[in-house]
Amino acid sequence: MSPAVMQTVTLIPGDGIGPEISSAVMKIFEAAKAPIRWEERNVTAIKGPGGRWMIPPDAKESMDRSKIGLKGPLKTPIAAGHPSMNLLLRKTFDLYANVRPCVSIEGYKTPYTDVNLVTIRENTEGEYSGIEHVIVDGVVQSIKLITEDASRRIAEYAFEYARNNQRTSVTAVHKANIMRMSDGLFLRKCREVAENYKDIKFTEMYLDTVCLNMVQDPTQFDVLVMPNLYGDILSDLCAGLIGGLGVTPSGNIGANGVAIFESVHGTAPDIAGLDMANPTALLLSAVMMLRHMGLHDYGNKIQTACFDTIRDKKVLTKDLGGNSKCSEFTAEICRRIQDMA
Amino acid sequence: MAAHSAVLSMSKIINPFWGGRLGNTVKVFGTTLTSHRNKTLLTPPPAKYGGRHTVTLIPGDGIGPELLNHVREVFRFSCVPVDFEVVNVNSALETDDDMNNAITAIRRNGIALKGNIETKHTMAPSVKSRNNLLRTSLDLYANVMHCQSLPGVQTRHKNIDIMIIRENTEGEYSSLEHESVSGVVESLKIITRNNSLRIADYAFKLAREKGRRRVTAVHKANIMKLGDGLFLQCCREVASGYPDITFDSMIVDNTTMQLVSKPHQFDVMVMPNLYGNVVSNVCAGLVGGPGLVPGANYGNAYAVFETATRNTGKSIAGKNIANPTAMLLASCMMLDHLKLYDHATMIRHAVLKTMNETRLHTADIGGQGTTSEVVQTIMRIIQSGGQLTTEL
Repeated sequence: MSPAVMQTVTLIPGDGIGPEISSAVMKIFEAAKAPIRWEERNVTAIKGPGGRWMIPPDAKESMDRSKIGLKGPLKTPIAAGHPSMNLLLRKTFDLYANVRPCVSIEGYKTPYTDVNLVTIRENTEGEYSGIEHVIVDGVVQSIKLITEDASRRIAEYAFEYARNNQRTSVTAVHKANIMRMSDGLFLRKCREVAENYKDIKFTEMYLDTVCLNMVQDPTQFDVLVMPNLYGDILSDLCAGLIGGLGVTPSGNIGANGVAIFESVHGTAPDIAGLDMANPTALLLSAVMMLRHMGLHDYGNKIQTACFDTIRDKKVLTKDLGGNSKCSEFTAEICRRIQDMA
Repeated sequence: MAAHSAVLSMSKIINPFWGGRLGNTVKVFGTTLTSHRNKTLLTPPPAKYGGRHTVTLIPGDGIGPELLNHVREVFRFSCVPVDFEVVNVNSALETDDDMNNAITAIRRNGIALKGNIETKHTMAPSVKSRNNLLRTSLDLYANVMHCQSLPGVQTRHKNIDIMIIRENTEGEYSSLEHESVSGVVESLKIITRNNSLRIADYAFKLAREKGRRRVTAVHKANIMKLGDGLFLQCCREVASGYPDITFDSMIVDNTTMQLVSKPHQFDVMVMPNLYGNVVSNVCAGLVGGPGLVPGANYGNAYAVFETATRNTGKSIAGKNIANPTAMLLASCMMLDHLKLYDHATMIRHAVLKTMNETRLHTADIGGQGTTSEVVQTIMRIIQSGGQLTTEL
């Protein structure tokens, strides 16, 4: 492999087990000699001028420059006065698409085998608009917002992703029989965008039918695109099929080419600092990141090493059913990568 | 025969079959949000035809008509004292006249058995879902689904036994949408205190009646703080009145994740409308598919029975491959509601025996039997039970 240009990635270790799994990922990347230069930043919210909460300016500046970020789990302190950190990041960088590829991991047995699908969820509007009112005492209304622009944007991203990753079909998930105007608009935009991507098969399916079929035969699905709430539920459903949030990667795509890849599990404060954490989720997200950057070779090498280690079952962290330490698991993956070179 | 004497004593009762499953009426404080939807305020007097019950039958679209024909066949064969008043609803029409006729018929009879009515979303947004219209007009506020693993069906998870109670009239299904600015659509999700209290009360009463230990409320109150927050608060209030039943809550995305990995932790679940749609379909998938689970919609005054996942099944209509189990079990639930327990038990036993002991399965659960073969087997088992039947 010819020496590639070093690319900068903003690393946000996060809280709890964040720092240990981040350093695990950095070690593995070093073993693979991936051309990544890490820039560590902290994103604890600070109050900016005008009293609005924002992320620290040096973090924002680093992200704007590097355009790619890798994030560990962040804790949302209750009663700290500021909104959730994830929400803040989403708003700051206009992260409109949440992408979760769910692939069954050989060696980590779940009742479902051969799962290979991707959920693409609109991340800015929909049911999570946060607009709620008490109309009269005892009657509450929540507003679900669907706009043409956001729907078109997410549909375009879904088809682009399908094309760039050799996926054959895109399915729009909706409930247009009940929410005629809102999901109807979403569906129309998807259909319009599908016209420009005739090489990709486009289908539509009701949310309940998708749920019903997903738990019976997940192999029939490929790429799924949907508004916010359905995406939240379905992406977690699919994560459950392959083994939970501890092994699921996730990426957030924003406007202006920004992309932040993250692990979606919690901070696990009970095992923080004890070298027991499982870095798989963050590692697979980092692999997603490498693929996004076009560094497919490195991505494949690291993913193969990770999956081989899990399949071998000799060195596994506690949550995967073994009793090795995080550092041992990491070292094993590094060893495999070096053997592959 | 026990069944006949039960029927004869029924005929002596002049009162109509009001009252939901539990026999109590829930006091509603103030006007409900759904009252403005009732188009016809005049409630016609109940139908009583000397010893026999009349039930409204709405065939619907897709596989509905054929499955309901099989139900009628089995009822006729088993001498069930039920007459069906068939009301057809044409889903292609834009007007609501068909639906109004159907609703009046259900008001008259108090009970209905229905197939799913297709909602073509290519029509204008003003043409609402007919099924939804039926549920809100009759105020069928509780959708109850009992998911049980059947021993004869091959599934990834075994021994599942979950009851799902879903609020059936409001939430995301309020059908209140508008386009305030071109390209921006707002859809309203309504949660009211009255309906949340009502459904929570129903859930806990049902849990107690069935001897269940735990009720889990499913919500997304971390994001929809006011809406789902209100729902959760109402559930907690009702839970405090039932100290013998454990109450906990779970966020909907975590719930679906847990359902596919560890479904045995769930007992009774109560939730608003949309989450109910998702969770009930996931659970139906876990126990073997849409052809196996019956569902019931209960209000204070009316009850409508159908399949739990409400599929139209357009792609398999007319091919004689649909699974009749869900519709037949739904009709047994209806017979239980009419207090025709003997007939209900007899038919249910035959259906389950066909499913679990003979290996005659339809295509959706991996077999090669046709619908008519399954129904014939069911009728043969009923006949061999020694009950009074007509010719096969």
